[in-house]
Amino acid sequence: MKDEPASTNLLTKLDCAFTLKEPFGLVLIISPWNYPVNLTLVPLVGAIAAGNCVILKPSEKSKGTEKVLAEVLPQYLDQSCFAVVVGGSQETQKLLEHKFDYIFFTGSPHVGKIVMTAAAKHLTPITLELGGKNPCYVDDNCDPQTVANRLAWFRYFNTGQTCVAPDYVLCSPDMQERLLPALQNAITRFYGDDPQNSPNLGRVINQKHFKRLQELLNCGRVAIGGQSDESNLYIAPTVLVDVQETDKVMQEEIFGPILPLMTVKSLDEAINFINHREKPLALYAFSNNSQVVNQVLDQTSSGNFRGNDGFLYATLLSLPFGGVGKSGMGRYHGKFSFDTFSNHRACLISPSGLEKLNEIRYPPYSSQAQKLLRWAMSSHSCTLQ
Amino acid sequence: MDTFEDTARRLREAFSSGRTQPAAFRVAQLEGLSRFLQENRQLLQDALAQDLHKSAFESEISEITISQGEVDLALRNLRAWMKDQKVPKNLATQLDSAFIRKEPFGLVLIIAPWNYPLNLTLVPLVGAIAAGNCVVLKPSEISKSIEKILAEVLPRYLDQSCFAVALGGPEETARLLEHRFDYIFFTGSPHVGKIVMTAAAKHLTPVTLELGGKNPCYVDDNCDPQTVANRLAWFRYFNTGQTCVAPDYVLCSPDMQERLLPALQNAITRFYGDDPQNSPNLGRIINQKHFKRLQELLNCGRVAIGGQSDESNLYIALDLLSSDLNSGGPECGLSPHMLFLKGRTWTPDSQILGAGVLGAPTVLVDVQETDKVMQEEIFGPILPLMTVRSLDEAINFINHREKPLALYAFSNNSQVIKQVLARTSSGGFCGNDGFMHMTLASLPFGGVGASGMGSYHGKFSFDTFSHHRACLLRSPGMEKINELRYPPYSSRNLRVLLMAMEERSCSCTLL
Repeated sequence: MKDEPASTNLLTKLDCAFTLKEPFGLVLIISPWNYPVNLTLVPLVGAIAAGNCVILKPSEKSKGTEKVLAEVLPQYLDQSCFAVVVGGSQETQKLLEHKFDYIFFTGSPHVGKIVMTAAAKHLTPITLELGGKNPCYVDDNCDPQTVANRLAWFRYFNTGQTCVAPDYVLCSPDMQERLLPALQNAITRFYGDDPQNSPNLGRVINQKHFKRLQELLNCGRVAIGGQSDESNLYIAPTVLVDVQETDKVMQEEIFGPILPLMTVKSLDEAINFINHREKPLALYAFSNNSQVVNQVLDQTSSGNFRGNDGFLYATLLSLPFGGVGKSGMGRYHGKFSFDTFSNHRACLISPSGLEKLNEIRYPPYSSQAQKLLRWAMSSHSCTLQ
Repeated sequence: MDTFEDTARRLREAFSSGRTQPAAFRVAQLEGLSRFLQENRQLLQDALAQDLHKSAFESEISEITISQGEVDLALRNLRAWMKDQKVPKNLATQLDSAFIRKEPFGLVLIIAPWNYPLNLTLVPLVGAIAAGNCVVLKPSEISKSIEKILAEVLPRYLDQSCFAVALGGPEETARLLEHRFDYIFFTGSPHVGKIVMTAAAKHLTPVTLELGGKNPCYVDDNCDPQTVANRLAWFRYFNTGQTCVAPDYVLCSPDMQERLLPALQNAITRFYGDDPQNSPNLGRIINQKHFKRLQELLNCGRVAIGGQSDESNLYIALDLLSSDLNSGGPECGLSPHMLFLKGRTWTPDSQILGAGVLGAPTVLVDVQETDKVMQEEIFGPILPLMTVRSLDEAINFINHREKPLALYAFSNNSQVIKQVLARTSSGGFCGNDGFMHMTLASLPFGGVGASGMGSYHGKFSFDTFSHHRACLLRSPGMEKINELRYPPYSSRNLRVLLMAMEERSCSCTLL
């Protein structure tokens, strides 16, 4: 919350220059159903810490959590500064007609556009945490079992319903052959021979998404898993091969326990493939060779990047978490949340006297004064900004 | 046929090829900008004089020097700004490399206004280029002379595979906005800001909007009226009032008003002489459309100082709010040499160049909150004084209105200044002076609420035009350490993992 002092130039040496962090006012947080506590509370922490009043709109799809947020959470907060609004997409649309001083939205790019368009009517600043297809490049030079462990855990965690989960793999045909048994190994080790009965595997959130995912199982060829059970919204940890770029599974964000492997002939081809698509929220590269990892990093863009692992970086609060392009705008976590929900007000306090010093700037203008002012304005201290 | 499609494609291809990535390339572009300013100083001053009758002094300090300063700052600091920013790690990531990488967005669109046509085009441009983007510039068609230079001279100093200038009025700009950009930087009115943001939403393009509003100026009883009047007058009438951060209206006690008026007259006479109309230090208002608007504002309240309206020297007020995208038609784009008004032909003489017209430095009193002059951003050489009974009343008045781009408070008592600061909100704030905070590149310049979103200047520009990519590089081995996190899950493993993920590590550094 402290004012941040700013360096002054010669013209403002006697002034006090600083940036003041102020709350915006009334903040709206719209959160999704996949990490319904995390993706509601973490922005809420930032909004509250920055001094705002908050309206929370949790997802109506994660009903259990919605109820707790609506009925239990307010008991812990000052309800003159905090409220929960419940409802579906219609109610959310109506909510968005109101004027807010900041809107924080986590969800799909499609709805992100709706939110931004609504915000534009009131010139409300926004942060949009969206999604996309997060590519995962696996180099030939790596240990397949290690990579498979990491890939599998991050793909099937929360039944694949994670905005930063690896969405698809790009690797050589040779690597694919080595990865497949390693992935099967990892899946069996994590979830047993009968994943449907593993206590460690989650479920798809609702029927609509279940049907969507079931359709994706028809793309390419099922190499591992592929089972589904509508009665309890179960989809087995699945790996697909022989998928085409035009297949549905390569067109939309999967958001489920399905991992397609696509073969490429080289690192360059992989990078080209990635760069021809929308910038993703997360990008992964696995290789024993740090040059390869760095090349992928240097030649692509994404919200976040992780070499040789999955999305655990999201737990490092010193890193800003956010997307770019279609995967979002703005960022948060840790201090970034506080800064996101604050107006950074530039302040300069000058002495009320010492008017004589100002004489050089007043008309009638003279060329000497002009030269002097030009010099004073160009002055800078030795410290870097 | 949309030729802009070709331009956009060309720029995107250059960007994809990695042309703008190396520091050396960006340095070369910035040096090009520097040479542009240095080699065309006179040309630029003449153009500014032509468009706005800016004196060399005002051109120098508010356009050329500021732009040059930003170029120099970027050149000095570019490599430091571009460096990956290392971040503190927790126990779970101790062996990793964790940093934030600054990446360009890609194709950036900068839409600039006419009031500081050089500054408000070049300063964002510096940031966009320093950050490694390709840029499309859309200067204002209203400041025609500068527009011409930016379109014809500036490109010669830059790599034209990565830079283009788009010309046109509101229609062309609207069509431009249908295209997809990776970032849009807009300076202009709130009304047009909404249009820009709505267009950006279709492509999920992030934006910075530098807008405007009515900047309140509270003048405490405890101050020296002449000092305050000097400062008020200079910042109000600088560039004939056509400044987004100029003090828009004054709030003071009736007693203070009585003391301010003669002091303001004093300042105006001292600055512009007894006959401001012929002062070389007073600029001109940009075109005819706003003449009618400003003239109308002169009817509000009572004219205490100035207010002259001379048939042969038109007072033209320019409405920044509507000019950028809504002005069209011949009467708004005056030819540089002729102005027709009521059947009379105006030809420029040696003092009054081009199409600009004069507005006398004016002070209004007895204005009501409902008067037009208190409803819209004035953007002209008119300063209304409104009386309030107390500081509280002034603060209440301010807080019942849209958050302004700038807010000013004058007092010998620093507690009063602190109170105004603490109990209001605005983009920027200055105590005891005008918009000097704008000249400090170490302060973020931007609005809040209806006055804008985002900020820039100095390093803030570089950061605005960069995507801050969170990067965590792990060594590929040491898989044993990961065993803790894999299923089958156990509560023992969970405990250990939670401890490793905790924010506090052995170092005590604050984030």
